[in-house]
Amino acid sequence: MNVLTDNLSLYGKGLLGTVELTVYGSLLALVLGFLMASFRVAPVASLRAFGTAWVTVLRNTPLTLLFFAVVLGLPRFGVVLPFQLFAVLALGCYTSAFICEAVRSGINTVPTGQGEAARSLGMTFGQTLGTVILPQAFRSVIPPIGSTLIALAKNSAIAGSFSVTELLGTYKTLNELGYGIIWTFVWIAVGYLIVTLTISAVFNVLEKRWGVAR
Amino acid sequence: MTGTALYDIPGPHARRRHRLYGLLASVAIAALVGWVVYLLVDTGQFAARKWRPFEYVGIQEMLLRGLGNTLRAFGYAAVLSLILGGLLAAGRLSDHRPLRWAATVIVEFFRAMPVLVMIFFVFVALKVQPLPALVTGLTLYNGSVLAEVFRTGVDSVERGQREAAYALGMHKTQVMTYVLVPQAVRAMLPTIISQLVVALKDTSLGFLITYEEFLHAGKLIAGNLDYGLPFIPVVMIISPVYIGMCMLLSWLATWVAKRQRRSVKTEAVEVAPAEPGTLLPGPAGHHPQP
Repeated sequence: MNVLTDNLSLYGKGLLGTVELTVYGSLLALVLGFLMASFRVAPVASLRAFGTAWVTVLRNTPLTLLFFAVVLGLPRFGVVLPFQLFAVLALGCYTSAFICEAVRSGINTVPTGQGEAARSLGMTFGQTLGTVILPQAFRSVIPPIGSTLIALAKNSAIAGSFSVTELLGTYKTLNELGYGIIWTFVWIAVGYLIVTLTISAVFNVLEKRWGVAR
Repeated sequence: MTGTALYDIPGPHARRRHRLYGLLASVAIAALVGWVVYLLVDTGQFAARKWRPFEYVGIQEMLLRGLGNTLRAFGYAAVLSLILGGLLAAGRLSDHRPLRWAATVIVEFFRAMPVLVMIFFVFVALKVQPLPALVTGLTLYNGSVLAEVFRTGVDSVERGQREAAYALGMHKTQVMTYVLVPQAVRAMLPTIISQLVVALKDTSLGFLITYEEFLHAGKLIAGNLDYGLPFIPVVMIISPVYIGMCMLLSWLATWVAKRQRRSVKTEAVEVAPAEPGTLLPGPAGHHPQP
């Protein structure tokens, strides 16, 4: 028990690091994911090919390898950034591939008739997209995006091994200070449960408010 | 693009416009690729010195040994997590409440934990060798995810199958083993294989606990000053192998899924989105958890 009370600031810093990685990584992943999804459904073949390549490569790359390439590889090009930014970059790009697939399958669940009806009413492309298709697609992608972002929060643990302050990394310091390793890990586990359960709760609320009634 | 709500089939005017966009996009993408290649050449990543290590037999053997260790960890983890998944799913489908609760708690806990936390816990706290630690972590996580996959599979077998089996006088074990599980596993095979892709990718976490796997071998070469720290060449050699292996497995999953759509043996299983889990929102069983 006193592992936690004695090292509240250390744990706090770790938890904050994990939350920061999760929030920034999620934002990057959502932006890139939506962009790539729009590429993948675009009528332009070369954009579709680019989106497909992006998703295929990133979905099949181990995240550890991506971290390795970004954190240790990019400096070879003279790109020197803080480690946390590297970590956000790796996490965001990796997760964007999964977000893209979720969004794309969401768009594909909207029946063709919806778009046809909207167009036959004389709506412009922007109106069709903004008032008919995306609202329906958005509702069905809430759950998969939620589980993808939870996965991102969990994956952020890898950053700790690449010199970024986050929750799992605190075990090293505590271990050196001579605290019981079991309790150290119990509180780390509790920290991750807090983060994942919070995301899950947020998405449950979103799902209740906007989700498709099943 | 056919079958999307977004566009009509384009007419001649739109086709011309799309061709123009396509040309502009191709130029932009080509410029991006060209810039990356220029950067690679400019920083001397194709210098002979950085690629020389890959000519040595010793280093090639080291890489192959690493690859073998990766595949070994994957093999153990895959088999064990399938077994654990089966056991946990049996627990969650049990008629005995304590058993059901225990299985539910285990599954939900391990699905909510990062795999790396489990791997580190086993490695640091229980002071185990890297390989067993890696395999244990992967097994606990993927086993729990697979348990959910199995359970949703069994639950989504059409109700009439179960009822007919009970009506024939079978008891629960028989209903499960002869009727529900064979159909469920067949229908869930693509999802199971996609989850194994996740396990394969996660074997690279062994790198972080000094398990001598593929990435670890790459790191050893990359850190060598004699060859001018060939990080980029190592990434260029290693990532196609990883991506290739994962794509091969993913492709197998898609192939199985395609075959099943035509099969009569999975007709009675409606692979519809499962109920949202108690912890994770959404049909966890159908989205392999990255």
